[in-house]
Amino acid sequence: MDIIVCIKHVPETAEAEIKIDSSGKAIEKTGLVFDINEWDDYVLEEAVRIKEKFGGTITAITVNTEESNRTLRKCLARGADKAIRLTDAKFEGSDGYAIAKILHSVIKDLPFDLILTGVLASDDGYTVVGSILAELLGISHSTMVKKIEFIESVVRVNRELEGGLEEIVEVKLPVVLTIQTGINEPRYVSIMGIRKAMKKEIKVLSLTDTGLSESEVGEAGSWLIINELFIPPMDKRAEFFLGTPEVIATKIVDLLKSRGLI
Amino acid sequence: MKEIFVLAEHRQGQIRDITFEMLTKGEELAETTDTQLTAILLGKDVKKYAETLSKYAEKVLLIEDIKLENFNSEAYQQTLSQLIIKKKPLLTLIGHTSYGVDLAPGLATKLNLPLATDCIDLKFNGETLLVTRQMYGGKVNVRATIRKSKSYIITVRQSTFTVQKPTMNGEIIEMSSSLSEEISKKRFIKYLLPLSGDIDITTADILVSIGRGIKDVSNKPMVEELAKILGGVLACSRPIVDKGWLSSDRQVGTSGKTVKSKLYFAIGISGAFQHVLGMKNSDLIIAINKDPNAPIFNFANYGVVDDLFKIVPSLKEKIIELKSARSQS
Repeated sequence: MDIIVCIKHVPETAEAEIKIDSSGKAIEKTGLVFDINEWDDYVLEEAVRIKEKFGGTITAITVNTEESNRTLRKCLARGADKAIRLTDAKFEGSDGYAIAKILHSVIKDLPFDLILTGVLASDDGYTVVGSILAELLGISHSTMVKKIEFIESVVRVNRELEGGLEEIVEVKLPVVLTIQTGINEPRYVSIMGIRKAMKKEIKVLSLTDTGLSESEVGEAGSWLIINELFIPPMDKRAEFFLGTPEVIATKIVDLLKSRGLI
Repeated sequence: MKEIFVLAEHRQGQIRDITFEMLTKGEELAETTDTQLTAILLGKDVKKYAETLSKYAEKVLLIEDIKLENFNSEAYQQTLSQLIIKKKPLLTLIGHTSYGVDLAPGLATKLNLPLATDCIDLKFNGETLLVTRQMYGGKVNVRATIRKSKSYIITVRQSTFTVQKPTMNGEIIEMSSSLSEEISKKRFIKYLLPLSGDIDITTADILVSIGRGIKDVSNKPMVEELAKILGGVLACSRPIVDKGWLSSDRQVGTSGKTVKSKLYFAIGISGAFQHVLGMKNSDLIIAINKDPNAPIFNFANYGVVDDLFKIVPSLKEKIIELKSARSQS
């Protein structure tokens, strides 16, 4: 089974304090740690498990700057066989639609049975790339996948619905599946894997290699044009307890006492 | 007259709330753009829903087909794309739900219409469509302009627009299904109900809930103990279940349980909307997070911006002190 995984190198922001940069259209990146998008971590693990079971190859693809080599190396170290990075200044400002077109321009000429990507990326959260890619390739897709089972020419997947409910759907191969977090337990990179990955090549392609025109990528080729970023207004902000941990703890206990909760 | 389409979402015998939220927003948009609000209802044996929807829309387009019985993005895409090509609505609203996410991107691509997803607000400025959406797990909002088009598709975040009392008495129009070809790529098999564990967090008065901020599973007992001395139950946000540190019946949020406890302690939870929707109606919410701009502080009554590994032990100590003082007196 030949698998393509579309991954993204993103800043980790869940635990960080975020500031908007001077352009007003992006966040201040200095001081942030970058790593593989959380969803893609599960994508990669799922691909490796399928490869271990059925054989075949894994190709990791990303559209990003050179810095994403670190994440591509991680993919190679964990079991990807090939890595492709699409890098061009003209790609800047691409939304999910433009990214999907860029990915499609390369993937359409590659052999594959299965394409896996994350449900979304933790930075822009568009939640569109996988299914747009499927539509451009003229193949089927399924999203928010929590379990994959192969039955001859179909894939049986569990899709996550709301409130803990799931649905089971059968989709024909070849297929694009977008993977939900929690589908597996991603493994750590082994020292052997890192050594092997050092020897593998990262293929770098630019706009010219994609055969796309300038107007099809970047802001010009996007559905969305970003006007401004801002920190959401705090309309109902909490009342804050201040002081040393001991003082704060006392204030919380007093509050709980006054509400009859302890 | 140009129309605004709202795709009705229903499952297991119920119209989902997002439908009414979109119809409410759709009514406002229809007024400002001088268009007509139309609910699109696809399914099998769903006439009864059309009655309900007609109170919220000027028109209900009903299409019934056995192939539309359960949600199937392939069948929905075929049906909707033909409808959009024929009626050319100014705007089509779809829920940013497990169904909408499976449907909208492919539909927009096929029709070559611009799509903006997970929008928390939208408005027309003349012919230009402006949207507000979120990035970085809700820590940043973004205003964006959608590429100019005669017709737009938007997916709308759940629980964003407040449903207003119905004021309309729309016309119900039945259309015949255009699904002539077979739905060949995708097949719905069945629903899987969530497993019920030994603890029901929805009935607990006190919930102590942990998130990514606890960093390692070895820190779980520290918070579990706090829950215990408070007489409460341990709950969590999604990352904790994803990592396998707690079972899914402890998860609070859109993909887990909705709770309304007397006390909800959010410890190391940043407050992405998926979590917040599951707990914001609790009576008293106290959040501990080291990021002062964490969205959770928008929903908490009380907040502590500090290291949870310092606050939680202090808090436990104080509660134990109080309890032992009480037992001695």
